[in-house]
Amino acid sequence: MAKITIDKEKCKGCFLCVGVCPKARIKAEKTLNKKGVNPVTFEDKGDCLGCSFCAIICPDCCIEVYK
Amino acid sequence: MDKIYAHPGSLRNTTTHYCPGCGHGIAHKLVCQVIDELAIRESVIAIAPVGCAVLAYDYWDFDCTEAAHGRALAVATAIKRVRPQNIVFTYQGDGDLAAIGTNETIHAANRGENLTVIFINNAVYGMTGGQMAPTTLAGQKTATTPLGRDVKIQGYPLKISELLTQLPGVCYVERVSLQSPTEIIKAKKAIKLAFENQINKAGFSLVEVLSPCPTYWGLSPVKSMAWIKDVMSKEFPLGRIK
Amino acid sequence: MTGNEAIAEAAIRAGCGFYAGYPITPQNELTAYMAKNMPENNRVFIQAESELAAINMVFGASAAGVRAMTSSSSPGISLKQEGISYLAGAELPAVIVNIMRGGPGLGNIAPSQSDYFQATKGGGHGDYHSIVLSPSSVEEAYGLMFDAFDLADKYRNPVMILGDGMLGQMMEPLSLKPGKVIHYPKPWALIGCQGRPANIIRSLLLKDGALEELNLKLQKKYKAAQEKEQRWEEQFTDDAEIIVVAYGGMARIIKSVIRQFRQKNKKVGLIRPISLWPFPVKAFAKQTRKKVKYLVVEMSYGQMVEDVKLAVNCSRPVEFFGRAGGAIPAEGEIIAAIKKLEK
Repeated sequence: MAKITIDKEKCKGCFLCVGVCPKARIKAEKTLNKKGVNPVTFEDKGDCLGCSFCAIICPDCCIEVYK
Repeated sequence: MDKIYAHPGSLRNTTTHYCPGCGHGIAHKLVCQVIDELAIRESVIAIAPVGCAVLAYDYWDFDCTEAAHGRALAVATAIKRVRPQNIVFTYQGDGDLAAIGTNETIHAANRGENLTVIFINNAVYGMTGGQMAPTTLAGQKTATTPLGRDVKIQGYPLKISELLTQLPGVCYVERVSLQSPTEIIKAKKAIKLAFENQINKAGFSLVEVLSPCPTYWGLSPVKSMAWIKDVMSKEFPLGRIK
Repeated sequence: MTGNEAIAEAAIRAGCGFYAGYPITPQNELTAYMAKNMPENNRVFIQAESELAAINMVFGASAAGVRAMTSSSSPGISLKQEGISYLAGAELPAVIVNIMRGGPGLGNIAPSQSDYFQATKGGGHGDYHSIVLSPSSVEEAYGLMFDAFDLADKYRNPVMILGDGMLGQMMEPLSLKPGKVIHYPKPWALIGCQGRPANIIRSLLLKDGALEELNLKLQKKYKAAQEKEQRWEEQFTDDAEIIVVAYGGMARIIKSVIRQFRQKNKKVGLIRPISLWPFPVKAFAKQTRKKVKYLVVEMSYGQMVEDVKLAVNCSRPVEFFGRAGGAIPAEGEIIAAIKKLEK
């Protein structure tokens, strides 16, 4: 069991995390954040591995991982 | 549940001025993670470059000075000589370290200054608008090579890391990449070793980090990472050089 | 001791903890003296790879809270201007010694005073001033080094000692008196952030109004220095009808010329600015007699003369005589220039 949290206001919408998630659980959100970009959002289906790839590649330190 | 990946303590919790997908954010984070793991935050003195990372001191939560363009290693040399008990590192881009500051780089390395150098190679001048850098690839289009870098006119990409290995004062040189989580993990190990070398008084250590500049490469952040893997790292091979 | 050696010895005694230099004539004895004596006193000496590196090493050492200096001669000082501007912008103390030689370009290695504008009007980019002190003897050079380090720390600003090849090479007896050494607290210095928030040393200020704020702070500092730090020497100015104005080595020749005039009861006096920036305007404000005329003599084609004109606000005649490019105004030429003014 693992999960991630995303600071959506800090997210710049580069989507680097989207491509590295082995479970494809990170998606672009439809609503804009205060920066005017579509941040990413975590779809928790209970299968997050806690691999931290998304957090490791996030240039803006928006993601924290729990396991 | 335990937090297994947290925001590093020595990185201020703020939004950076970097473009989406810029590698500086990742590299800053790696430096801060290493500093936290080695518990050296209170003894670190950093030298920020001129270039996109000039405002690094707004993000790092430890003592930091700026240096004139290219002069970071002269500034660092003096700081380390007068305060050998501190951990001193420079963080420099390719223009700073390998064009305007080549002289300072080579001589600090040749003196074997006990310093750590984080060298960000993104093959372009970012801050000034995407001009040709010493590390721009052959054929790469930039603001000042609109037809692509012609090696017959503009010379070849400068492999400063390989040049530095010739100097006896240099202890450690490794080239790493930010192209994927696995490569980022390797990059962190290299950065950690470069700091440990200084702690162990082993001499001059440099880690060259291949880093994406989506804005001036004209690629999306995701495609920029692929470009490092497929193109840039062919010209600048990854791994330990010395 | 030569002037170069006296400057070096004084620096060590004033607590200079870091020296970086690059070879250039006519100041090499200074660097050599530091190479030998700094390590013997547990201080840091580095022969830098360039003048640029040397001044930026001074920046680093100063940022770490250590008294730091460099020395050079005219072409090398031109290269250091970038660093001096950064020191001023980051409000870091530093002492820079310029043993001037003939210019422009590579020029020659003969004494000259052609770097006055560069030293006193900024030299590098931006609205800043270095405090500039000009010794005219080996003994004075020794003493002014203590003042230079003191002023640098007090104002957190670069201080330049402006000498010439004559002073640097000249050997004179001097007493190595202990000078004033005050230890200024430096809470801004980079020594690691243990027990306090991180310190940042910077001159890049992008936020709205921040750079103007820094500039206004600098201007306030410069104004305070202008009020408190004017220094000069005067001779026979009480009754002088002609006052010769000269600084540094040039003033020594003028003193000998003035003695000759006084022996003939001619009312000639001297003002010798010691602080070239802040310029000693107070010395001129004192001269309220209507008859006074000024003659400025320099080893240049007229640089300090502009400050003299500003100091007297064009209320008195100000004439000029100078030679440069390594030529030194001779006594006979100066006497002739004074006589011309007597008419």
